[in-house]
Amino acid sequence: MPRATATRVLQETSFYGAVAFFLVLAAFPFYWMVITSFKSNADLYSVTHIPFWFNDPPTLEHFRYLFDKTLFTTWLLNSLIIGVCVTAITLVTALPGAYSLARMTGRNGEALGIGIFLTYLVPPTLLFLPLSRVIAGLGLQNSMWSLVVVYPTFTIPFCTWLLMGFFKALPVEIEEAAIVDGCSLFGAFVKMAIPLSLPGILTVVIFTFTLTLQEFVYALTFISASDQKPITLGVATDLIRGDIFYWGEIMAGALIASIPVAIAYNLFLDRFISGITGGAVK
Amino acid sequence: MAAVSTRNIVKKFGEVPAVNGISLDVPDGEFMVLLGPSGCGKTTFLRIICGLEQQTSGDLLIGGDLVNGIPPRARGVAMMFQSYGLYPHFSVRHNIAFPLRTQRVPSAEVDKKVAWASQLLGIDHLLDRRPRQLSGGERQRVALARALVREPTALLLDEPLSNLDAKLRTSARQEIKQFQQRVGVTTIYVTHDQVEAMGMGDRIAVIDRGQVRQVGTPSEIYDDPADRFVATFVGAPPMNIVARNGGYLGFRPENFLPKDMVKDAAITEFKFRVDRSEYLGSERIVYGVLEGFDPQQVITAKLPPAHVADEWIRPGEWHPFAVRDSALRHFDNDGKRSRRH
Amino acid sequence: MVAIADAVPKPARLAARFRFILDRRDVLGAIMVAPAVLYVLLLVGVPFLMAVYYSLSAYTIYDPSWRFVGLSNFVDIVENPVFRQTLYNTFIFTFGSQTLGLVLGKFGALVLLRPFPGRKLVRALVILPWAVPIALATVAWQWMFDSLYSVINWTLIALGVVSRSDAPNWLGTPHLAMLSVIVVNAWRFFPFAIVIFLAGITAVPQDVLDAATVDGAGFWRRNYQIIMPMILPIVAIGLVFGIVFTFTDLSVVFLMTMGGPVGATSVLGFLGFQTGINSGDVAHGAAISLFMLPVLLVVVVAMLRFIRRREI
Repeated sequence: MPRATATRVLQETSFYGAVAFFLVLAAFPFYWMVITSFKSNADLYSVTHIPFWFNDPPTLEHFRYLFDKTLFTTWLLNSLIIGVCVTAITLVTALPGAYSLARMTGRNGEALGIGIFLTYLVPPTLLFLPLSRVIAGLGLQNSMWSLVVVYPTFTIPFCTWLLMGFFKALPVEIEEAAIVDGCSLFGAFVKMAIPLSLPGILTVVIFTFTLTLQEFVYALTFISASDQKPITLGVATDLIRGDIFYWGEIMAGALIASIPVAIAYNLFLDRFISGITGGAVK
Repeated sequence: MAAVSTRNIVKKFGEVPAVNGISLDVPDGEFMVLLGPSGCGKTTFLRIICGLEQQTSGDLLIGGDLVNGIPPRARGVAMMFQSYGLYPHFSVRHNIAFPLRTQRVPSAEVDKKVAWASQLLGIDHLLDRRPRQLSGGERQRVALARALVREPTALLLDEPLSNLDAKLRTSARQEIKQFQQRVGVTTIYVTHDQVEAMGMGDRIAVIDRGQVRQVGTPSEIYDDPADRFVATFVGAPPMNIVARNGGYLGFRPENFLPKDMVKDAAITEFKFRVDRSEYLGSERIVYGVLEGFDPQQVITAKLPPAHVADEWIRPGEWHPFAVRDSALRHFDNDGKRSRRH
Repeated sequence: MVAIADAVPKPARLAARFRFILDRRDVLGAIMVAPAVLYVLLLVGVPFLMAVYYSLSAYTIYDPSWRFVGLSNFVDIVENPVFRQTLYNTFIFTFGSQTLGLVLGKFGALVLLRPFPGRKLVRALVILPWAVPIALATVAWQWMFDSLYSVINWTLIALGVVSRSDAPNWLGTPHLAMLSVIVVNAWRFFPFAIVIFLAGITAVPQDVLDAATVDGAGFWRRNYQIIMPMILPIVAIGLVFGIVFTFTDLSVVFLMTMGGPVGATSVLGFLGFQTGINSGDVAHGAAISLFMLPVLLVVVVAMLRFIRRREI
């Protein structure tokens, strides 16, 4: 019947229209980022050129400039070091902590778990003042190691909470069987809980790393020396000479820094969600 | 192999006593079943014997030694969980070897013992598989092999058949019982299924609300119940209990027959009116009321499929039924069994 | 059967109590959780108390005096019109971006609910604003709003909506600037909202929806009377996260407008930074930052009680 088909066509079109809307809304700035990175400066800074596509041929000059003439590689290295160190510290603290809260501490454990998690909500824009004094006291001001010290303050609560969700989903029977079979409590944790929650642990590692990459406030507060900056801070604040923003380079740098994070989120999103909702939501 | 003995074990969670004073002696090599409804404390009690929970008060002895506060591995017990608790990331061989490795038994010895245990249970062809590749029956055998390989002082089982469907349950029951008879390990088995209990136990401890109501062989539990709870918990359909003379009178449905079928001098008669009957092939269950007693109370009779004239069990009519006096059980007002007539 | 008495040595009574101390749940549990608790106490708890103390003192980095001045810092800032403007801005900023983000998130989730070809790719792209570091995404928007080369303006001019001379200066005009930061923050938040809504909606058991259909509920009724109430707890959690992070945010404003023009987009986080770090007036900076607390506490407590009540 033509009438039914007409409504169907209308429905389908409006549906795909909605999809397109959200797609453009979300992705356009990234498209913009990509295109800007490859556009020559002449093409970029012209009010008459059509901005949506290349008028002059695409170029790698911004990337070259980024890697040769700026501290970009230094920032990448800084971020890598910070990420690895912070992840290590976080794992060592959060793994046993989360296990203890998930298995060993009844009522008090619940309260403590919630308490630890709530510290994740304490804003950096409140703590950065006293922390800057603490960092100065430790002699770490203007050094990227200040971030290695400070970042666990939010990665530990977040990861403890995530890991708690993963551990709680593990059946207790296996650990109890190990205990009956001769493991100590800690042995059951190491030999059973950890191997069996490796997917969860991997997810946590990825998300911790991305949390450190994303951070801006503490980096901005503690570091002003250009060669100590992590990548996000560097790209956002350091590619300016005088009053001039080097947009091509900034977008190129932003692109490079964003890609691994975006990939990681997409691969691990489902696991992350089930961890967040604690398995309560399937 | 050892005897297990408990003296007045009490376990409280907060203010609530889950186990309220259980003293039980399980001699070496016995298959003891802890039977009771959900929440009666039997699993908690088992876990206390194992060492996964600590009792609030009371003593626990294994092989004559006091083991309060000592972790499971030092008690030498083995436990089989409801879902078997096999280590999913280990092969079958490694699963069975695990209890030995934690005790630092030398490698050669480990291999010997693993071979012995797996042969005993007929799973030596499965040693390199992972648990998820095994069927339910095979997993049970792996769990038993793992429990056996350390030659435990006692084997504790927590409702291991409840996850199986009915058909598998019977064969699994067989296996466990045969296994225990061959190996002779002291076994304590928790279940809420009275058919399992009656079929497997050397003795049964009926538990309700944290306390033991009666300990005895299956026939003692069935024929000589200590109180109303035991009398009605064991046996399906449950024993009929009616109030009379300030106490209670009990008789099992299979003993409640049309008067003409009861060949005994000493009998007690009832007038019985059938309301409903179920034909189950091997027997006939009839539901009705007794004249002179509570008209709301449904009385059950279990009749053989043949030999009963239809007229006796036509709904709506009153007929004389009877019970042999020797099959009557008397209970006094608080439910305890009394011997008086 | 072989007796195992020799395999496991029976420990002496006294030694037993200490030998198995690591097997006791309470002891081991406390030990295992200690590092995390200590880290948090030392680097969150103590600084927090320090912030409170600063706000009650006259500490600046030029004069690190611990002189106690009571509530005079708070009085100072409340009397300052810049602060009042900032406080107002912060509420507008938060409310605007959360509402917009939530609405976009809800409809986005509905769109992504049913499978269609390419859905995986669309989902991956729609997640981007939330996945990518906030500073980098903000910088992209900064470039998009640029006073000379804004692609948005170019499009508006090309469509004939405005002429070149009237092209809006997004980041330089007070109300437009606020609108811009709200849009950027909503844009950042809505993928997270989509994820939350999707997680909640897919968690609604199919039989509940089937029963509603059999009972005669159409699409919209099912949506608003069945699904929405059931996913409220999850949405509430997501909203709390969103509110907390938006209300205290500094990055978007810092990178896009530096609080301008003339304080039109200054928010609490930003003002605290300006005062405490850039100007070195730690005491007043701390007081400003502490103003965030009451709102945070109310929001978090409200969420906790809401969740408690709805606990299954």
